[in-house]
Amino acid sequence: MLKQVEGSQAVAQAVALCRPDVICAYPISPQTHIVEGLGERVKNGALQPCEFINVESEFAAMSVAIGASAAGARTYTATASQGLLFMAEAVYNASGLGLPIVMTVANRAIGAPINIWNDHSDSMSQRDCGWIQLFAESNQEALDLHIQAFKLAEELSMPVMVCMDGFILTHAYERVDIPEQAEVDAFLPAYEPRQMLDPAEPVSIGAMVGPEAFMEVRYLAHAKQLQALDVIPRIADEFEARFGRRSGGLVRGYKTDDAETIVVALGSVIGTLKDTIDDLRELGAKIGVLGIQSFRPFPLAAVRAALQGAQRVVVLEKSFSVGLGGVVSTDVRLALSGLQLHGYTVVAGLGGRAITKASLQRTLREAMADQLQPLTFMDLDWRIVNRQLEREAQTRRSGPIAENLLRDVGPVASKVS
Amino acid sequence: MLQIRIHGRGGQGVVTATELLSMAAFEQGRHAQAFPSFGSERTGAPVVAFCRISDHEIRLREPILAPDVLIVQDPTLLHQVDVFQGLQPDGYVLINSKRSFHDLGLAEIEQRFRRERLTTVPATEIALKHLGRPLPNAVLLGGFAALSGLITLDAVAHAIHHKFSGKVAEANIAAAAEAYAFVQRELEELSHAQAG
Repeated sequence: MLKQVEGSQAVAQAVALCRPDVICAYPISPQTHIVEGLGERVKNGALQPCEFINVESEFAAMSVAIGASAAGARTYTATASQGLLFMAEAVYNASGLGLPIVMTVANRAIGAPINIWNDHSDSMSQRDCGWIQLFAESNQEALDLHIQAFKLAEELSMPVMVCMDGFILTHAYERVDIPEQAEVDAFLPAYEPRQMLDPAEPVSIGAMVGPEAFMEVRYLAHAKQLQALDVIPRIADEFEARFGRRSGGLVRGYKTDDAETIVVALGSVIGTLKDTIDDLRELGAKIGVLGIQSFRPFPLAAVRAALQGAQRVVVLEKSFSVGLGGVVSTDVRLALSGLQLHGYTVVAGLGGRAITKASLQRTLREAMADQLQPLTFMDLDWRIVNRQLEREAQTRRSGPIAENLLRDVGPVASKVS
Repeated sequence: MLQIRIHGRGGQGVVTATELLSMAAFEQGRHAQAFPSFGSERTGAPVVAFCRISDHEIRLREPILAPDVLIVQDPTLLHQVDVFQGLQPDGYVLINSKRSFHDLGLAEIEQRFRRERLTTVPATEIALKHLGRPLPNAVLLGGFAALSGLITLDAVAHAIHHKFSGKVAEANIAAAAEAYAFVQRELEELSHAQAG
């Protein structure tokens, strides 16, 4: 049924349609509206049987999720930013134990400086934690990915993180098609755990493993992610067959077939990129965009197949490995081993900096002329950067950087965006 | 694609106004996208929210830099924020005020843009009358329906019903209807004045 709702409410409805047994969460912006929506459904009886557990921290949220999932419950939680970092130890445990928890990450920057706005630093920091990481382009895809995520997680007995851009998606009202309960029930079978804490058949979960088998357990986690490379597109196919729309999968190209230049990106910026690419195509540029929906497992072969016909690749990312450059770029480069392509990394939108069509068009034109720096920080305000560098060169006690830059920027209330 | 930017202050329901607008457009079978400027909102602080309306899927997610429509919920912002930034030459402007554009010191704006697309409406006073609270957001949407004809008063009323219930919904709908009538009268007077 078509509805005009906030992204967070769309996700809350999707999760409720998946009939979770346990939801535990600690509020943090911009994830809060999702778990509020679910809490309301549990309280008013619309979602039952389901236990909503208020916890005292994100660390507790993931710990409770681990316990619930180990007891055989379909388990959901959500977090963002510092919250994800705070639960990091338990995040690794969830995947190490092979527990099929589904978690929404409403992507948000990590401090310091404290910043509540969107980028991908949070989920990228957990890139190697062993969870599957799926990225949503729109609220429709976010909704659909949650339904797919439970099926994927439970089939593989692995946790899945659904990443959606904080505020840009979570707080945007747009049209979404919300499936019927019967359709979701038919798509998502009841959870049958591979392992379960059951008094009738006692087992322990979480043994200490020494050098004799640790590598093998870790390798098996990798082997499961490799299996996911087959399962993710199959589930996307099944979803399309039942619900009539394509969501998820490994990668999705837009006008890439004849493209000389291909932009690679994750998440909601793909929408703005598609509009930019249409404009550039009207001017005669052969350009397309490749969206990566599955960041872990990273679909090396699919990325290579999509990009190998191009002359240049621009990876546009909302994350940044300080001291190196792009995070996604490194993986894309691995996919392109041995191919001679011009490669550019564009870091954009950190901490909620708006990614505009005008800036994208300018940057992509520079890339197409091979005049772009290999690592570009789009719309960086060099004025305040250089002023701070000068200050540090001149004065030993140059003071706190964030405060200095805010003074240099001046009041922002007079600016529209 | 129609792009609407609403300026106001934290507590005035700026974000809710764009949500209502998007729902009204959805009611009329159109695609719509509403989103706030994502600040750490505080009561009284300047707030901006955006709404796009189109017959096609909306993929663009940048803030609205070149609006077709500006709604200003608090006239004191005129001295603090460059609300007219990027306004399209054919754009509509609706300001919550008892005073005219001229009296607000906006004679230059009257010169630069189409006069029949600029108007003020005393939305706070209308809100106080119907709601007993100075919440101008839904009221201004009634005014916007009259000013532009781009959404119907019916669709606005539907959206209000969807978001609120009971007395609050009824009072907001009555207030929106009064603002609609007020702006219609203003536009008629203006067209008489221009004809004369």
